[in-house]
This record gives sequence, C-alpha cells and structure tokens, in this order.
Amino acid sequence: MIPVGFAYERPDTLDGALALLAEHGEDATVLAGGHSILPVMKLRLAAPELVIDIGRLAELDHVRVDGDELVVGAGTRHRTVESSEVVQAEAPLLAAVARTVGDPQIRHRGTLGGSLAHADPASDLPAAVLALGGTVVLRSPRGERSVPITEFYTGVFSSVKEPDELITEVRVPRTGTAGWAYEKFTRRANDWAIVAVAVVDGRVGLVNMGPTPLRAAATEAALADGAPIADAAALAAEGTEPTADLTATADYRRHLARVLTRRALTTAAGA
Amino acid sequence: MSIMGTRVVRREDPLFLSRGATYTDDLTDERLTGALHLTLVRSPLAHARITAIDVEEARSAPGVVAVITGAEIDLAPALLFGGANKGMVRSWLPTDKVRFVGEPVVAVLTEEAYQGQDAADLVEIDYDPLPAVIDLKAAASDEVLLFEEVGTNTSNGFGLKDEFDEHLFDDCEVVVTKEIVNQRLAAASLETRAASAVWGEDGRLTLWCSTQAAQSARDEVAGWLGVDAAQVHVITPDVGGGFGAKIGADPEFALVGWLAKHTGRPVRWNETRSENMTGMVQGRAQLQTVTIGGNRDGKVLAYRLDVLADAGAYPRLGAVLPMFTRMMAPGVYDIPKVESRARVLVTTTTSTAAYRGAGRPEATAAIERSMDLFAAEIGMDPAEVRRRNLLRPEQFPLKTKGGAPYDSGEYEKALDAVLDAAGYTGLRAEQQRRRDAGEVVQLGIGVSVFVEITGGGAFSEDASVEVHPDGTVTVLTGTSPHGQGHATAWAMLASEHLGIGIDRITVLHGDTDLIPRGSGTMGSRSLQTGGVAVHQAAGELVELAKQRAADVLEANVDDLEVVDGSVNVRGTGQGVTLAALAEKERLQVDSNFDSGAPTFPFGAHVAVVEVDVESGKAVVDRIVTVDDAGPVLNPLLCEGQRHGGIAQGISQALLEEVVFDADGNPLTATFADYAFPSAAELPSFTLLDMATPTHLNPLGVKGIGEAGTIGATPAVQSAVVDAVAHLGVRHIDMPTSPLRVWEAINAAASEGDK
Repeated sequence: MIPVGFAYERPDTLDGALALLAEHGEDATVLAGGHSILPVMKLRLAAPELVIDIGRLAELDHVRVDGDELVVGAGTRHRTVESSEVVQAEAPLLAAVARTVGDPQIRHRGTLGGSLAHADPASDLPAAVLALGGTVVLRSPRGERSVPITEFYTGVFSSVKEPDELITEVRVPRTGTAGWAYEKFTRRANDWAIVAVAVVDGRVGLVNMGPTPLRAAATEAALADGAPIADAAALAAEGTEPTADLTATADYRRHLARVLTRRALTTAAGA
Repeated sequence: MSIMGTRVVRREDPLFLSRGATYTDDLTDERLTGALHLTLVRSPLAHARITAIDVEEARSAPGVVAVITGAEIDLAPALLFGGANKGMVRSWLPTDKVRFVGEPVVAVLTEEAYQGQDAADLVEIDYDPLPAVIDLKAAASDEVLLFEEVGTNTSNGFGLKDEFDEHLFDDCEVVVTKEIVNQRLAAASLETRAASAVWGEDGRLTLWCSTQAAQSARDEVAGWLGVDAAQVHVITPDVGGGFGAKIGADPEFALVGWLAKHTGRPVRWNETRSENMTGMVQGRAQLQTVTIGGNRDGKVLAYRLDVLADAGAYPRLGAVLPMFTRMMAPGVYDIPKVESRARVLVTTTTSTAAYRGAGRPEATAAIERSMDLFAAEIGMDPAEVRRRNLLRPEQFPLKTKGGAPYDSGEYEKALDAVLDAAGYTGLRAEQQRRRDAGEVVQLGIGVSVFVEITGGGAFSEDASVEVHPDGTVTVLTGTSPHGQGHATAWAMLASEHLGIGIDRITVLHGDTDLIPRGSGTMGSRSLQTGGVAVHQAAGELVELAKQRAADVLEANVDDLEVVDGSVNVRGTGQGVTLAALAEKERLQVDSNFDSGAPTFPFGAHVAVVEVDVESGKAVVDRIVTVDDAGPVLNPLLCEGQRHGGIAQGISQALLEEVVFDADGNPLTATFADYAFPSAAELPSFTLLDMATPTHLNPLGVKGIGEAGTIGATPAVQSAVVDAVAHLGVRHIDMPTSPLRVWEAINAAASEGDK
C-alpha cells in the first residue's frame, strides 16, 4: 500500500493551483479530500507524477446565496454541506445527501467538488446535483465556464472537465421547501449505494444505474403529465444501463430503481 | 469476598486505548536494527505454469539488497498440514507452478520498506495459464488436477470407505433433501500477518510473529527450516485478532527466517490488507447435501450429511475440520440413525483452516437448516419440532451417533429460556398480522439449538505461578491471548488462591524460551485448560506455602489458611507472608492440567429479523441467546466473547462471503468488497444466563469463544427464510444478501405460477 513515488505541491492560491495544473496537465492529479485518489494510488492503479493539493484553499471553501442559486465552493467538506444552515434552507436535498456519504471521518475530509470531479457513478452527490438541476463551474488559465450537470458526465470516471481545469464551485437552484427525498440502498451503513434515488421538485436523479449519474427521464415526463407516483416510478429504469457486480444483477438494480423511486417520490410528496 | 464470577475490568485495556498495542510490525527491538524489509511478488493467476522469471532489473532498483527466487532456496517443499495427502506440498517460492492468486513467487529484500514495491514491480514472471479449479464438484471430478503427480484433487476423506445405507430413510413418512452452501469466510483480523527474524551469534533464530500459539509456531518453523526446535525462539508481541487463522505458523514466517539466515541480516515482513485477504487462511467453505427424514408427528428418524470441503490450494488445518463437522452432525438431537461422510478437495484458491467455530458451525448450520426444512415439510412449528427431538438431561453423559462424548447439557431448558425471553408466541402473532396485512416489512423468527466442542484436540496445558519476595506474582501460561483477556482472567484465578490483588499479578505468555510448552489459544480451549492449570498451580502453591509456613510458625498444616497473601494460623493472629516465604526460598510451582477430553457447551438462539420484501434487505432486529459454557469466571469477558461471536455469526448469515470468479480471481480482496459488519449492522444482544457445569475440570467450566458464532448463524439464516416463507421460500443460501432474498422471492413466485 505504498504508492509509486510522486512530487507534491500545495499551492497557496487557486491561481497557483491552476498554473501548476496547466503546466503538468495529465501528469498531475488533484488532491482535495483524498478519499478517492489516495486508495487508488496506494493500490498503484494510478501513478501521477505530481499531486497538487488544493485541500486547504480557502477560496474554494464557501457556501453562499447568489440570486436564485445556492453556490457551494468546490472545496467545501461534506460535513460543512450537511450541517450548513444555508444549505439546509436553500437546498435541503444536498445537505441530506451529503450526510449519507461514508462516515463522519470521511465527511470531514471529502469535498463536494472532489466527489463531482471523480465521476464515480456510485457516488451520492453527483446524482443529487443532477436532480437539483445544478451547474458545475470550471476554471483554467484559459478562463471560466459553466457546464450544466446534465452535460458534465461522459462516462465512468470521466467528464467534460479538461486536464487543466478545476471545479471551483457548484451552483444549484434554491429549491427551498420543494418536496425532496433521498433513498439510498446499501448492504452496510458505510457502503457505496447499490442504487440510490434523489428526488426534488419532480426531478429524479439515479445513482449507479449506468456509467454516469442519470435522470429518470421517463419518470419525470410521466410526472409532468400528471401520472400517479406508482405509474411514474415504474418507468424509473427506462433508458438505464446498470452493471452487474457482487451485490446486484442489472435486473435487480432496475427493480431497486423502480422501488426506490416510488418511495422517494412518495416521501417528497409529503404523503 | 471471592473475586470469582465478578466483573473485573480488563487490565489490558488502558494501554491498548491510550498508547496502543505493540504489534509485530511496531517492534523497535535493538536486535532488529538494520533489518531488511521483505516484499513478496505474488501470483496474479490462480493456476499457471511458470515459464520464466526475470529478476535482473529488480536487482538494480534503489535499495535492493537481494531478489530471491525458489531456485536459490535449499528447503524441501513442505506438507503444511501433516494429515493431508502427502504429495500436496508447497514450495517456499515456486519455480514450476502457481496454484492460487496471491501465492508468493519472488522475494524482494530492500533497505527500506517503501523501496520494496517499486522493485517488486520490476520483476518479470511469464506464466502459461492453466484452467482454474474453483467449483468443488469440478474439483472432485479430477478433470483438472492441481498436483498432477498425485493424480487426484482429494486431500482427505472421512467415512468415504463405507457406502451410505440405502435403507436409512425406509421408515420415514417424510424425507427432505437439500444442497446447501456454507460459504467461505475471511477472518479479516485487524492486524494482518507479520513476522520479524534474526539469527544470533549462538546460531539461534529469534522470530517475532503474530500467532495464536507461539510454541507450535516454533515447532512448525523449526521443522520447515530443518533445525531443532531448541534453536528457535518465538516471541509473540500483542496480536490484533486471529479467530483461528493465526493458529501456529504461516509458511511466510519460515521464509522470513530463511531469508534472515541467507542474507545474514534481520528481516521484517508485514503484508497489506489485500495480500492478507488472499494470503491468510480462510474458513468454512463446505458444500453440504443434507437429507432428513421422520414422521409427521415431528419425530426425526434419520439424518445424512454429505460434505465436500474446500482445502484451497495447499491443505492446511481446513483439511481435517470436516472431522469435527461429522462428529457434531446430529447436534443436540436424539436421532436414531445418523450417517455422514466428507471429502476434502484442493482448489486453486486460498488455503482454508480454522475460523471461529472451525468445523462445528458447519455441522450446526446443516442440522438446523435440516430441522427447518423438515418442519416446513410437515407443517409444524420449527421450535416444536426441535423440542420433540432434543436429547434429554437424563441421557448425559453419552456418546452420540457422531461419536462425540457429550458431558452435560440442558437443551430444552435453553430452548425454553430463549423462546420465553423473546416472547415467541407474541412474535408469531405479530408475524401473522403482518402477513395478513401484506405489509412490505415482514417479520422472520429463527430458532437454533446448538452444541459444540471446546478444548477439542489439545486437552492439556501448563501453568506456572511464582510469588516473589516483593510480594508480586508471576503467572506463566501456555495459552496465547489475542483479545480474550487472559492477563485479567488468569490473574483472577491466582488471586483467588493467594489473596493477592490482581494489580500485583503479572501474566506472561508467548515467549518460547520462557514458556517452552504450551498449546496456545484456539478452539475455545483456554479457560478449561490453561485457566484450570493456573487455578491448579495456584492451589498447589498454597499447599507448598503451608508446608513451609508450618515449619516457620511451628504449627500444624491443617491449622493454616492463606488470607490476603499471608499464611496464617487460624484464629491466632500469627502468620507469615508469602513474600517472606519467597525471601527464604523460591516459592514457585509448575503444574499441568489434563482434562483428557473436550467439553460440550450448548445453547439456543432466537433471532428476529425484518425483511423488506420489495428490496430483499434483511435487518436483524433482536437476538436472544443462551450460551451455556458452565460457570462464568468473569461476566464482562464472557459477554465480550458472546458479543463478538454473535456478531460474526450474524455476519456469516447476512453479509460475509469470500468470492472467486471462474478464473480464480479473488473478488473480495479489499474491505470495500468483503462485507464484514460494523456496529450499524448489529442490534443489541439479549444475553441470558445459564451455567451447566462439566465434570471434566474442577472449575466446571467450558469454552465460550465460539458459541455465539455457532448459534447465531443458523438462527439468523432461518429468520430470514422464515420472513419470506409465506411467499413460498424454503431456503436461501448464506449470505442472505438482498439480491439473494429478492431472487428467492421471485423464484418462489414463478414456481407458484406454474
């Protein structure tokens, strides 16, 4: 469990981090909370030449309201997201989902931006931001751009983020009191979700139902057409491509998606 | 007031909880100064011929002192378990063939630990893959052989010579047969394996290693290295869990010793978690075919258990454990006709050995599942079926149909106690209500009644007790605590006789120069052997002290008593302290206790689970247990053993399984994939007290270490099945994962549609 040797830099500013990233590109990896990248490095499944530690950049650690949006800095810890009164008031789904990540030790290290950037389809937060209809803000020395989360992911562990780009913040609409729910199905308390479903304001995000987090489009359309919850939830697995692994077959994942979507929609409806 | 039976808190814990333990890899002993660090290059393939090994590039990597292949090792391949098929030997580092993923092939020695993996990555080994042998029936077909020269994959056979009785079930109105899996488990001790070795100028090897039995580790390592046992000094530092997987030595320990000799420098070795999950022995791994027959009045008349057991690639202790499974086949039941057999097979997987219960949980799971299947078939309450077949107290002692000499048991009393405490009748009513209402979360109730063997195999143990002139006491024991609390418990036993507080009593273990004889801690043997030996030694020391005090005090021995560390003349105020006697002449006793036979603890468990019939997920709501191991020395330690055992039992039923794919790749080699439980997966446990003594030792005690595991597993499995029984499900193999439960419900539904 000793990684291949690497260089380590901890820039003091975001611009410093971006300059390093621009210089080293794909030879570098970014370290925030480290709970995804460090195990992979220790197993020698990744061997970056340079690790750029952005974990202490204060510029990335903030929560604020900006017009109709809640803005969360990419370096904000899960623990902050779950306990922030602003997040709880403006996007309670996001706070609740953050609370289901790992255990308290992990949540004190892991960051929202890190979780989104890692692009693991089994992660909780990407699907939550997807359900919220959020936007990922990316920056590089070339400039800043905003990418709707619906266009962010391209596959397992991959996104449209360029090697010289960092996620700086995540913006989600202020959903306030709109009905929401998160149904996470695991074998053990700290496991990754076998399947999970995030629901807010009639939008449905699916965890682990394909190579990327997905929206249950057929369910959302049926709801928009006024279909009863049970009928809409029955469509939750349409268009998904879940994988099979030790814990689940693809069929089982589709079944769970339907069951969990029904439960989440029912909870969100306040029934 | 007697200290016996009181809740003395563990004196080990303050250090563990503050500074932390000192495990083998934490040692800073000066003899290990300048030690080399061993990194092993392990096979990525389950079964392959080695066609080439190129270590040249690795030899020139930074910090590398030596890169060793099997060609340089002058030790004969070893039969790791003496009772196994003699041809199934393991090379120290193979040059011809590998037989499981994780088998060490090349040894890399570096100045610093961090340099090891970099160098190991430069070793080039060419393999010519062979078909993996994973499935036990495929192994039994001998189509692909692990050891071509042996000509068979069968390592051991038990009862294979006799044909099964074709008339065994002739008198039965109902016969049920079922193939069930007792899945492979990993001990997953939090401390992985580790060893450090150095040869002294006196030509002796000092070996520090993580083991449950220093003396047998010494003997095994000496045997493998071809030296006299007296030339090996094993020291056991703190050990972070074993659960049976650290009994004796692992071949890596001897390799560390050989490499230290070869290089002339101390060598240290510690493994990663993923190495541990393929390299350390695993447990269970039986495919069982049970057949049970009886009458519709609930009386079971005949039972047959046919076992295929997985030894892994190189037979270890797992090759003999089916003997215990056969011995315990009829469990707590008075079944007129019982027969069993077991075939142990090698497969291209990690070797198997003991894991908490070691052969007995497999027997209990088989008979308890059989009882449930029989009860379901005749439509009778499973607790009632059990009651109608239990051995009765007046039948003890007895020799069972499995050949086991049961000492004492109150099985129906244990069953009644748990049913009563669980509110069994009320639970059944609540279950019916939920079924009638068609609720999503259904209730399942599982009952097990079990008996097991403790102290099987090694009945004898040594102890030494010495009172020093300063009034302190040293106890030497041949047991080998690694979490059990012997430093507390053995001190209590000595304190009871000597009247000296446990804070003045030091318990030492695990140093083979200090304690040359001992059998270690395994099979729940420690209290009934080593503990009783301490009790006996302390008692003998009291008698010795009285003899000497009689001279000093000019009193009759019969008038003397030992109170608070002094030998006093009863009713006179005259006395002499044990310390003062030790001042005059060494006051020390060596003693040995040999029970000559194992004991048979027993109990009953009721598990209550809730199963979400939409998702298939089962959650244990309650577990109520009787684990009767005779009189309790320290309830705190005893409950700790029960808690840990129950947790691991629940976990086998619900969560854990070591999985290999068809090519023999381990799929559960990290803690992300191997599903051992956390506290969040476990309910509070309701532990009932029952203490039926054995006549086999003066304390009347039996072993408690494995009881919880043995009782809880079938109770929880049964409860999960019971929760969905009304949907037509009769059996679900362990672990009863959400996927398996959901599939079982679906299969029963489609069966019902036909």
